[in-house]
Amino acid sequence: MENINAKYVSQKISKTRWCPVSYSSLQQPEVFATGSWDNEDNKVSIWSIGNHNNSGLEDGFEGDPQILCEHKHGGDVLDLQFLDQERMVSASSTGAVTIFRYHPNTHTISVLQHWARAHSYPCDNAPCTALVCSSPEIVTVGEDGRIVVFRADQEGAVRVIGEMRTRMLPPHKESSLKLSVVFVRECRQQHNSRGDLPKDHGALKFDLFIIFLYRAPLHCVDRHPNQQHIVATGGQDGMLCVWDVRQGGTPISLMEAHSAEMWEVRFHPTNPDHLFTCSEDGSLLHWETASHSEMPSFLQGGRNSSVISHGALTPAGGNRPLSSAWLCGDSGKGCLETTHMLPSQTMSVNSLDIIGQCLVCGTDGEAIFVNRHVPV
Amino acid sequence: DLKSVLSLSIQNIPALRRGKHMGFAWGQGNIFVYETLFKATGSGSPFIHEVRKDEDIYSPILRKLFNESHHIFVGLQTIREDLPSKNKKPQFVSISKNYRSVIRACMEELQQVAGYPLIRSVLLQVSILLAIELIWNLCEVLFIDAAPAGSLLLHLLDWVRLHKADVDEKARDVLQSDSPAEHRDYWDVPGGTQTLTEFDVKWRHWHEEVDRCLQDNSFASNQHLEVLCKILLGDEDTLLEHKDLLGTWYHFLVSRLLFCHPTVKPTELHYYAQSCMTMFLDSRSAPEPLDSILLAAFEFDIHQVIKDCSIALNNWWFVAHLTDLLDHCKLLQSHNLHFGSNLREFLLLEYASGLFTHHSLWQLAVDYFDHCLEFGRVYLELQIERVPLDTERKALKVLRICEQRQMSEQVRSICKIMAMRALRNNRLGSALSWSIRAKDAAFATLISERFLQDYCAKGTFSDLDLIDNLGPAMLLSDRLTFLGKYREFHKLYGEKRFKEAAKLLLSLMTAKIAPRSFWMTLLTDALPLLEQKEVIFSADQTYELMFCLEELTSSLNTPSSDSDKSMQEEDVELTKVELLRLALSRNLAMAIVKEGTVET
Repeated sequence: MENINAKYVSQKISKTRWCPVSYSSLQQPEVFATGSWDNEDNKVSIWSIGNHNNSGLEDGFEGDPQILCEHKHGGDVLDLQFLDQERMVSASSTGAVTIFRYHPNTHTISVLQHWARAHSYPCDNAPCTALVCSSPEIVTVGEDGRIVVFRADQEGAVRVIGEMRTRMLPPHKESSLKLSVVFVRECRQQHNSRGDLPKDHGALKFDLFIIFLYRAPLHCVDRHPNQQHIVATGGQDGMLCVWDVRQGGTPISLMEAHSAEMWEVRFHPTNPDHLFTCSEDGSLLHWETASHSEMPSFLQGGRNSSVISHGALTPAGGNRPLSSAWLCGDSGKGCLETTHMLPSQTMSVNSLDIIGQCLVCGTDGEAIFVNRHVPV
Repeated sequence: DLKSVLSLSIQNIPALRRGKHMGFAWGQGNIFVYETLFKATGSGSPFIHEVRKDEDIYSPILRKLFNESHHIFVGLQTIREDLPSKNKKPQFVSISKNYRSVIRACMEELQQVAGYPLIRSVLLQVSILLAIELIWNLCEVLFIDAAPAGSLLLHLLDWVRLHKADVDEKARDVLQSDSPAEHRDYWDVPGGTQTLTEFDVKWRHWHEEVDRCLQDNSFASNQHLEVLCKILLGDEDTLLEHKDLLGTWYHFLVSRLLFCHPTVKPTELHYYAQSCMTMFLDSRSAPEPLDSILLAAFEFDIHQVIKDCSIALNNWWFVAHLTDLLDHCKLLQSHNLHFGSNLREFLLLEYASGLFTHHSLWQLAVDYFDHCLEFGRVYLELQIERVPLDTERKALKVLRICEQRQMSEQVRSICKIMAMRALRNNRLGSALSWSIRAKDAAFATLISERFLQDYCAKGTFSDLDLIDNLGPAMLLSDRLTFLGKYREFHKLYGEKRFKEAAKLLLSLMTAKIAPRSFWMTLLTDALPLLEQKEVIFSADQTYELMFCLEELTSSLNTPSSDSDKSMQEEDVELTKVELLRLALSRNLAMAIVKEGTVET
């Protein structure tokens, strides 16, 4: 826990995301975005932890996040994703979806697109609870139970998949890989439904089917970056579940992770034997599993894309029959190591993001933590 | 400065017209005012104005103070009680230093923001923080660290020097040039290799030497040296001549102690403090609040310090945290206020209640209430219901707080708010889910009714997945159980498991799970089963169905008050009943035949 310091920012942070770095440069990420919630005036802000040559900073402040710019945001920021290195999309509690552009030269943020009522009820606002992007498409879900597809360059919604037969409680989270959308619907018992959106949306088909049910509301989901059939979820009971989508039914492994709601779960994008979870109970856990495969992890799975971030596309090479340690089942507990990454008595950690060795997370104590030397 | 904070401020409400009266009502942390005319009638303004004190909690830089100090506070509460006090003192001192460094960090940031031209309000905040840090530092030296004679003066020197450096950088340089280097060596000694009395003897010896030099006029040639000599002797008049360099009476005090009484004991401080203050301030009329607070500190009157600070400052932050720390150091006698809670708890409750009025900082207040053992829970119960629940996510967080503390009343009330909101937007599944979480049977019944009404109206269910997987939650209310079982019937029917579906359907009526009002629908659902080629209902079951039908029709035939049922509806009802009777009789016949047949 040595390399982690709190930076107090006077706003409760609901989402933190690293700005994607180009993979070829092998750089560690330096810029991240945050979204706030529960403020009278919420904001989307861009921060940098790069070395500032103008500064007079003492050694202890190396890597202290400095704010570059910010922009006001109507409603709580319920989700934030980067479309590419300059554009990010936010989902708001007012039901709006906005694309922001960050200009690194002038350090300003401008609004590119704003869909004010992407999600709504007949007489009220429906929060847009999650979104996922694979440029230029943005798929959002909201509490009104609809899935809406936008294109970054078009005015109106491309497609609204709504009023589904099994309309329920708000779909909560999406993670998308190659336009196949896995999202989590929250209800008393849960599900994961999976739909496939083929690339040419002239003929946009959408198949919805239920993969598995879980006994408590789920709040977050993430897919294994290389092996698309592995999905990790976390929810109200704080349990971390790893599922094999091909089998459905019961989870492969069920681990007691947190004592309160788990808000985000993330596989490490390049080293997926590592998993990170953060929770309402104020802890951020780093899960590490020993991989059974003898091949070093960077050779597993195809990764031809030049941009790495969580919303990015990866090609379909991921169906190799490699066994992953995550599918060990309960016997895998023996080869699973968990580390707390934050000092104790932090308030709820709402969001985390990891690229390379850099971890950023934001809390309800109005603090941001950055760790640049995560052992992965 | 603190004096100005005490003055009343008068705020004009520009929107209210002259000649009208002003009515008002207290809110939480604010006042609502409106225009009215008490005795007359006539047109009035339809507006309500909210008047809010310009609270520190709305300043973004001060927010960091609140968050960081919250973290320190929570850490302080969890220090183990069973450690011996000598081990705890360094911890308390370190916590006190943490608090102060947070104050200083805030001050520095504010000073950067004040910029040019200097913003008056920001400067005011900086000066308040300066005063707070000054007082806290003194309290740390005197009460928490409880420095004994000898090192006491060293600490006081540091205290004054630090504050002087804050206020006036140039003065710091001048001050340093006034203190000759040889002094430094003397001051490393107490607490080091010598005992206090040894040091005292040496010091007196040195003092006499200097005095003799002065009397001998050895420095008569150089006036500056002579002045320096007099200062070293602690000559009051000389010191007072340099009042502008000293700046404050407490600086004068420490200087005088340094030169006259370096081994001053803590208990002797107040005597010197009082006299120094009088000497220094003789030209002014009354001491300012800051002065009397510091004097009270020198007199070791902790309660007076706290009381004066509470009056002088407009935010409970300082007194609450300082009192809490002093209480942990076991320095406060239990000072019972007339409603029974002790001083520390009172201040913490006031502070936390103030936090609760903030749209975002309310979460911090929860921890403060948790550590007020007597009234904290009650306050929390009252306040937490008033947190506006704008989004589901916020409601989940508030619920988690309530559930962790077993506040079932509040859980129920919050879930009901969310469920009503969901109902209003026609999200029945969501509403049901909230009432299940609250274990609110009455509401669950209401929502189940809605589901059933929806079914009757549309012919399909919404939110099937939820109903299908209720599990043990189904037992929360009878209506909910019925809903679940009814849906199960539909599922069985869909899967063509007719016999089981039939059995279930019948049991719904005979076990009185189904409400009477729904029996007609159930019997109508039975029709397709009765008209299958294969016999599904056994003879016994058919008898039971007929019995149910008779029960139903007899109750329908009783003269009901609403005779506004149209002729058409009555016709439909009658037709249905007749169809049912027909189907039942046919089924009965077939069943009897089937059961009586012997397979050969």
